[in-house]
Amino acid sequence: MAKIVGGVTTSHIPAIGNAIANELFEDPYWKPFFDGYPKAREWLAEVKPDVAIVVYNDHGLNFFLDKMPTFSIGAAPEYQNKDEGWGLKPLPPYPGDPELSWHIIESLVNDEFDICSCQEMAVDHGFTVPMALLWPDQTQRPVRTIPVAVNTVQHPLPTPARCLKLGEAIGRAVASYPKDLKVVVLGTGGLSHQLDGERAGFINKDFDLMCLEKIVDEPEALAKYSIHDLVRLAGAQGAELILWLIMRGALGRKVSKVHSNYHIPISNTGAGLLVLESAA
Amino acid sequence: MTAPHEPIPGTTIFDGRMAMKGYPLNKMCYSFNEAAARQEFLADEEAYCAKFGLTDEQKTAIRERNALALLAAGGNIYYLAKFIGMLGLNVQDIGAQQTGMTVEEFKAKLKAAGN
Repeated sequence: MAKIVGGVTTSHIPAIGNAIANELFEDPYWKPFFDGYPKAREWLAEVKPDVAIVVYNDHGLNFFLDKMPTFSIGAAPEYQNKDEGWGLKPLPPYPGDPELSWHIIESLVNDEFDICSCQEMAVDHGFTVPMALLWPDQTQRPVRTIPVAVNTVQHPLPTPARCLKLGEAIGRAVASYPKDLKVVVLGTGGLSHQLDGERAGFINKDFDLMCLEKIVDEPEALAKYSIHDLVRLAGAQGAELILWLIMRGALGRKVSKVHSNYHIPISNTGAGLLVLESAA
Repeated sequence: MTAPHEPIPGTTIFDGRMAMKGYPLNKMCYSFNEAAARQEFLADEEAYCAKFGLTDEQKTAIRERNALALLAAGGNIYYLAKFIGMLGLNVQDIGAQQTGMTVEEFKAKLKAAGN
């Protein structure tokens, strides 16, 4: 039987992609951020997952406003990264697991979640930056991937409560898959940041630290917020916390914290990292 | 599609109302994923804006590289980022422009949030 062994939450800011491309790991601005990741990589090397479900938001690479699905799941044999317009060099493609994708899609639809299924899907920095942080060798693709893209571009966005429930449904879907597979779930994005308007540069360290703590044992407390609350408390793009809640929901009730890191600022963002292990 | 909540100062919620208003502008910015589109824009900005049917308000905001005006004209930051990136600017440059600071002041403000 397939099993979710744990999850990782991490920021996915494009500037991180540039910093990786330029190998700024020891640069004073970047070092406190990159220093958080070796422990996450060690944990992944220990658990050796077969598949990573990557929860992220598309930033206008695969989806445009002509059709804006709330929840989309990749069901492709591989996922291409492409030019996003500002000079990040596209990375080699990521292998998929279409059979597991379709199993999850069927299970979720049975569970009353309406999913946009994608047999082709270009993945942007929201997906590639976390993958590059956790598996830095771009010549190797040690895990198969299933992208789960959530609309954070055009309101109305799905509520935090809905996202926690979607995560729980993903957890049930994976648990009912008959093959022996180890699965990790990545929740990307966040934490507090705002890029647009006179409030650009808004960061809320207290809120971020509270989220990093509460999401471990009391995710329901975070699921009580509305999207409007998240925008107010964490900035317009801080609403990406919903992606973390999907990851957390998928891990089941009991988890243990393996590692966490928090650093301000990376680009315009309070950057959080959390490694959680599912109960045996 | 009316905002059901108290407004958040300095923040525009990109809802259906803004998505309708900004559609041609965002569609043009979305096209900048393609290198050929970026070249075509840079070769003749006015013609490229006209091709996507931008309003006068949107054309002016593009011409002036004015982020707040682009947002007011219905631009969405995720698509505008492609326009901004094409110009060689990043989100900190634009953050400074929107808040009336120098880039150094804006960076210092972010850094101070960590203390």
